[in-house]
Amino acid sequence: MISRRNFLNLGVGAGAAAALAACGSEGPGTSGGGSKAGSASYWFLTGQPGEGIRQHAVDRFNQANPDAKITATTFQNDAYKTRIKTAIGAGQAPTIIWGWGGGGLKSYVEAGQVEDLTDWFGQNAAVKDRLFPTAFGPATINGKIYAMPAETVAPIVLYYNKEVFEKNGAKAPETWDDVMNLVTLFNGKGIAPFSLGGQSRWTNMMWMEFLFDRIGGSEVFQAIFEGKANAWSHPAAKEALTKLRQLIDADGFVKGYATITADSNADQALLYRGRAAMMLHGAWTYGSMSNDGGDFVKSGKLGYMNFPVVTGGKGDPSSTVGNPGQYYSISSKATAEQKETAKKFFKDTVLNDAEVKEWIDSGNIPIVKGTESSFASSKDADFLKFIYDTSANAKNFAQSWDQALSPTAAEALLDNIAKFFQKSGGISPDQFITNMNGVIGK
Amino acid sequence: MTALAPPPVGVRPTTNGGRSNAPVAWMAVPALAMFLAFGVVPLLGVLFLSFTTWDGIGEIQPSGLTSWRSVLSDPGLPHALWVTFLIMALSWLAQTPLSLLIGVFLAGRQRYREFLAILYFIPLLLSSAALAITFKALLDPNFGLGEGLGIELLRQDWLGESKLAMGVVIFVVSWQFIPFHSLIYQGGVRQIPTSMYEAAEIDGAGRLRKFFSITLPQLKYTIITSSTLMVVGSLTFFDLIFVLTAGGPGDATRALALDMYKRGFQANLMGPASVIAVILVLVGLGLALLLRRLGGRGDESQLEGA
Repeated sequence: MISRRNFLNLGVGAGAAAALAACGSEGPGTSGGGSKAGSASYWFLTGQPGEGIRQHAVDRFNQANPDAKITATTFQNDAYKTRIKTAIGAGQAPTIIWGWGGGGLKSYVEAGQVEDLTDWFGQNAAVKDRLFPTAFGPATINGKIYAMPAETVAPIVLYYNKEVFEKNGAKAPETWDDVMNLVTLFNGKGIAPFSLGGQSRWTNMMWMEFLFDRIGGSEVFQAIFEGKANAWSHPAAKEALTKLRQLIDADGFVKGYATITADSNADQALLYRGRAAMMLHGAWTYGSMSNDGGDFVKSGKLGYMNFPVVTGGKGDPSSTVGNPGQYYSISSKATAEQKETAKKFFKDTVLNDAEVKEWIDSGNIPIVKGTESSFASSKDADFLKFIYDTSANAKNFAQSWDQALSPTAAEALLDNIAKFFQKSGGISPDQFITNMNGVIGK
Repeated sequence: MTALAPPPVGVRPTTNGGRSNAPVAWMAVPALAMFLAFGVVPLLGVLFLSFTTWDGIGEIQPSGLTSWRSVLSDPGLPHALWVTFLIMALSWLAQTPLSLLIGVFLAGRQRYREFLAILYFIPLLLSSAALAITFKALLDPNFGLGEGLGIELLRQDWLGESKLAMGVVIFVVSWQFIPFHSLIYQGGVRQIPTSMYEAAEIDGAGRLRKFFSITLPQLKYTIITSSTLMVVGSLTFFDLIFVLTAGGPGDATRALALDMYKRGFQANLMGPASVIAVILVLVGLGLALLLRRLGGRGDESQLEGA
């Protein structure tokens, strides 16, 4: 017999989004993956090489723990961001919640949806001490740790195609003026200066993050993050936005950039096929460019560097932005057995030697201390050393803005960034600042 | 949060006695139950949520008219309404004449037409998301159709310029739905008694004259049905636009349904998103009623003199 409540839940779940779904969130969690009591569910992102490595970790755990298995479900990046929020709101969260920490995690914490792991880390100091301390920043909300930092550190890097540079007698840019000169040079040769997957919006945001930091230092965004009134009106913000507008107007980005999404990897293809000379992108794209780009990476044609300085700017040239790690949280709605399974997974399997090796082999830096010795033998030794040094030596490793801010503020930011990046009819720096001041602290 | 507008149903006064009415009422139960569960209950939930503040994760806080005020004072709302109207009007203008002509053509009983009918039907079998991904790949300015065929004209910033992006959306929508409406028109044309055409031929009417004087007037109700489906359906276009342009460039293709999704599920503002959902339902209902009015009372005969 179907009870009335179940019937309602059925109607709501299938019929109309999460409208009433919250009504179904009380009572025991239904987030179990398998049939056995301790079986946990785990959702994570697709996309190689991460997808395979995450799956292998799950497989290893399941082999060692036949009684308390983890069931994995995978999602594409942009789809996952909404799917996980809806699931958590509806009380259907997986036991292990894959995330980016920061503002998103904060909203889960405020709703009491994720486990406080502070005591657990206190009892398992060995787990904590072997990881990069910077990785704990986005996992810490109001002084408490709500997520297990995991996977890799991924700063944003300026990539360039060495072959294209050599052919055109260009040198890697050291200052913003060099950047603008290169734009003129490459446009003259019919090569796009910068590749960009502009429809994804956060790709455009990386440009703002660096320009704000290089011109005004890390305190400009810090004030915005803390919700200080009119923080976007900082003179450095205006200067950064003006410079960015000049770059857009000078055809700095590949023709049709607003049509390209990052999920399609077409932006990377433009770089390794020599159609674009440079690309500002996350360290994680190195792996996919090695996979998809033929012998482009193998034959050493991929150049990489930290973002150039802006002459007269206050920012530290060693600073960087990106993802200080990825974050696994435990749903507070999971059963006690499921939580135990998840903690066992964190302790025994996450970033164990086998997983660390897989990340390094795929050209990523896991957030585990003292892995330098394993790079030397890797085929990607130079890149790995570069990322390790960039991350370790950064005066400031800022988390990506859209992940640091609350989802509401992040959406307003991305929305205005999309409007700012429109080639024709885009909003002006002043409009951008006014719009963003309007949503500060939300 | 789909806007469910009931399809226009002609209510006919029954002359039956009370005895035979009982089984008829029973037959309505499954449809009614579905409509209640999937239409009315979520609708009431959305109405309730529009008077609250909720981030989709934590507690639902009743907050009176806060959400309504924030949405109604947002310049994004008139823009989204305008975009929705534009998509509605343009896709109707593009689809109606074409599907009417194709429908009339397919109504013929020749073998090759039956074959073509099956071909035309194929786009309808594809999911909107798959369609959007395919067209996106074809329209990629660097690796798409323009590049592959070497045609410079096709190498536009299709989804990066407001007008082009709107055009692409209308084109893909039409490409997907013209087969469906052609099918409706095909059925409509086949219902027209051949005696009318025979009489017209005896009077010396040509092809064009027959089309404008017999086919078109006889299809009046078919046109209204098809238009209602197009107009009300265009309110809920979401998947296609979301995958194709994500509302961009900027907010050039951000229709109401997309605006609702972005507020609700990306910005975690369920209250304002619910307000937009309510507005969508009201607009949908209003349009459906208006189109019924245009159709007249629906009981005058179309076959007088036939």
